Amino acid sequence: MTCEYNLYDPSWCPGCGNYMIRKALKQALEELEIPPHMAVIVTGIGQAAKMPHYIGANGFNGLHGRALPPAIGIKLSNKELTVIAESGDGDTYGEGGNHFIHTIRRNVNIAHFVHDNQIYGLTKGQGSPTTAMGQVTTLQFDGVKVEPVKPLALSLTMGAGFVARGFSGDIPQLVELMKEAIQYKGYAHLDIFQPCVVWNKVNTFQWYKDRVYKLPDDYDYTDFNAAYEKSLEFGDKIPTGILYKVEKEIYEDRFQFIKEGPPLVDAVLNPMDAEKLMKDFY
Amino acid sequence: MDYTILIGGAAGQGIETVVLLLEKTIKRSGYHVFTYKNYMSMVRGGHNFMQVRFSDKPVTTYSTKVDMIFAMTAETVDFHMGNLKEGGLVVLDEEYHRDRDFMHLPLQKIAKEIGNQKVVPTIGFGAIGKYFGLDPEVAMDTLEEAFKDKVLQLNIEAFKKGYELTQTEIELEKKRDDKIIINGNQALALGAIAAGVKYYCGYPMTPSTSVMSYISAKSKEMGIVVDQIEDEVGALNMALGASYAGTRAMTGSSGGGFSLMTEALSLSGILEQPVVVVNAQRPGPATGLSTRTEQADLRFVIHAGHGEFPKMVIALRNPEDAFYQTARAFNLAEKYQIPVIIMTEEYLTDYMMTMNPFDFSKVEIVRNVEANYEGTSERYKRYEYTETGVSPRILPGKKEGVEVLVDSHEHNEYGNIDESIETRNSMMKKRMQKLEGLKKELMEPDQIGAENPEILLVGFGATHGALLDAVTRLNDDGLSVGALVYGDIWPFPTDMINKLGRDAKKIITVEQNMTGQLESLILEKTRLEISHRILKYDGRAINGDEIISNLKSILEG
Repeated sequence: MTCEYNLYDPSWCPGCGNYMIRKALKQALEELEIPPHMAVIVTGIGQAAKMPHYIGANGFNGLHGRALPPAIGIKLSNKELTVIAESGDGDTYGEGGNHFIHTIRRNVNIAHFVHDNQIYGLTKGQGSPTTAMGQVTTLQFDGVKVEPVKPLALSLTMGAGFVARGFSGDIPQLVELMKEAIQYKGYAHLDIFQPCVVWNKVNTFQWYKDRVYKLPDDYDYTDFNAAYEKSLEFGDKIPTGILYKVEKEIYEDRFQFIKEGPPLVDAVLNPMDAEKLMKDFY
Repeated sequence: MDYTILIGGAAGQGIETVVLLLEKTIKRSGYHVFTYKNYMSMVRGGHNFMQVRFSDKPVTTYSTKVDMIFAMTAETVDFHMGNLKEGGLVVLDEEYHRDRDFMHLPLQKIAKEIGNQKVVPTIGFGAIGKYFGLDPEVAMDTLEEAFKDKVLQLNIEAFKKGYELTQTEIELEKKRDDKIIINGNQALALGAIAAGVKYYCGYPMTPSTSVMSYISAKSKEMGIVVDQIEDEVGALNMALGASYAGTRAMTGSSGGGFSLMTEALSLSGILEQPVVVVNAQRPGPATGLSTRTEQADLRFVIHAGHGEFPKMVIALRNPEDAFYQTARAFNLAEKYQIPVIIMTEEYLTDYMMTMNPFDFSKVEIVRNVEANYEGTSERYKRYEYTETGVSPRILPGKKEGVEVLVDSHEHNEYGNIDESIETRNSMMKKRMQKLEGLKKELMEPDQIGAENPEILLVGFGATHGALLDAVTRLNDDGLSVGALVYGDIWPFPTDMINKLGRDAKKIITVEQNMTGQLESLILEKTRLEISHRILKYDGRAINGDEIISNLKSILEG
């Protein structure tokens, strides 16, 4: 069985962090030996959300903000598929904020890679939910007037069992984080810093490079309070790596017929199986 | 014979209990039953009433005039005296004694003796049961199903005490019973389960919720995921994900929630991802009358979703229709890879009606999924151009070397973003081509009454029962009246109405909306002029009596 992922020509700008993220994604999937026909990449709309067009896995390129609900529907229907929801910061934390919160509550066994460039790229430079307060954009001419979302703190407090941050400028680390997230049994939130070379002149490659540092080897990622503290660290120094990882029961396992049975999609449909339900109406 | 009992009271007083016990017991005595429910949007208080109508012939509508009012509050009498037939009976708790020729019964007093006010409805059931000569053994079986343990003992005592309060005035002879009694949402849910729905996700909204709760109650037994998701936006997107993976998926809501689904409805159009969506109509705009009925979403539903894409809309006419049409909807969705919207109405979701049991062996399952498709190119083309517009569908993860890409942008055959003029034109035509096949599947409206009527009534959905009742009675009176009642309504079937409409002297639409939405559709698709219209938009269901009286006013000019 081949586990090699084809790549197709993207329409991303030269220098876009998405290239590095795609490179890491391909490497992670190949190293995990997941055949392309068993992996599904589910996205919304945005530059990041074009990923299914540029890598040869199954793909569901849906609506802006709506990557997570179909990802859940896919995973519950066929538990044998590796499901990765992938989208940008606007898509995930803005338009899709409600789904983000409630997907964490469910803890379905999917990985969630958020390309976080702190700006809207596809729509040309408006402020995103992670754009810093005061930053001047193509829409907020005298600066953004709302506080940014703190994505990792949010997912932690909502009860996510896997919370991590990567950087498109560090591919070896990113590959490892992606592999960990995919292998984690449950909802895995990986926020990935990436520069937007055209629309974000503040959070540049260098800006990230100057700030990110890897969590030390002796960091205890099962310590919620430590993770919470790290999730709020967003200044001169910003930690990357796995902030939090604990075991949790997954949503699928709360349905006995999914946990113990074949994938839902393999159910043989026979109308006569339902005839017995008529007895209640006599 | 044809009797109607109206049971009224405040919310939380247990009128539903009396009605449940009565409808089951009368049905099991071999009679046709029709129960009409009328709620206010309140959990406690307010004024609610229900009508149990029963006959030795099929009943398809409720009656304006009633034979008995069983009043659990004094208010019930004030509200409904005008509906009492001449010589009809009012049964009222003696607590609310009126100096009138009512039957006053010590319901609350007996309940106090039994030691539980909650048994008042069952005492009433006993009293009504004796009045109509219902077999106590049949009644006892019904009680044993409705209650358990200690509560059952209390209710048996209550029934017996109630049974002693009255004399048998009308003897309902016990007959053979082989029918079921069911409401529209239960039948809809049953149709979906028969069709193999494996994924139902939704957000509660009256009057759609009972579809979800019925499927939820059977989910373990039948292996169905029922997921209450954060909002209706997520619901349809989630159903589309499940459908993509290959399960039969469904969601449902009422107008408000359905509005939130419209972006994803458009998505299902371009993804060509089959899905079944229920819109249980209630009166709008916005929150409107949340527990009442209307047919004002017709235009909205047939045009729902931005852009142009093929879809099918089916209006359910009665519970039997709900079962078979829902099961059929799943096949049409998968056969043509389109969204199919099932429109129902609060009235139909709630009323209970006796009918023949559903024939599950008549339910077919057509998936149109190609496990062994070899393809015409090295890479799988999810959107391969075909003569029918329907592309061979493979499920993700089911064939080595085949990756399935679906996309919300305009895309080429592989599913990749493509903005070229050629692709755009070809893909639009490909998708719309599916309508040609779909049109051949359309079921013409149900024809009722005179074969070539001078007066042609036209309606859709749940007015079916009222139209059937009205037309049958008018035909009995010698009037040349017929009716067409649409089930499949989009794409709009035109053969039958063109045939009957050209010859009819008058075409009269019957609709539960203010603007005549069906009328405008008929005009648009057939150029037939509607001469008169019977429109009702007060949130209450139209019945046969009202159609007759409205029609008579029209004929008298």
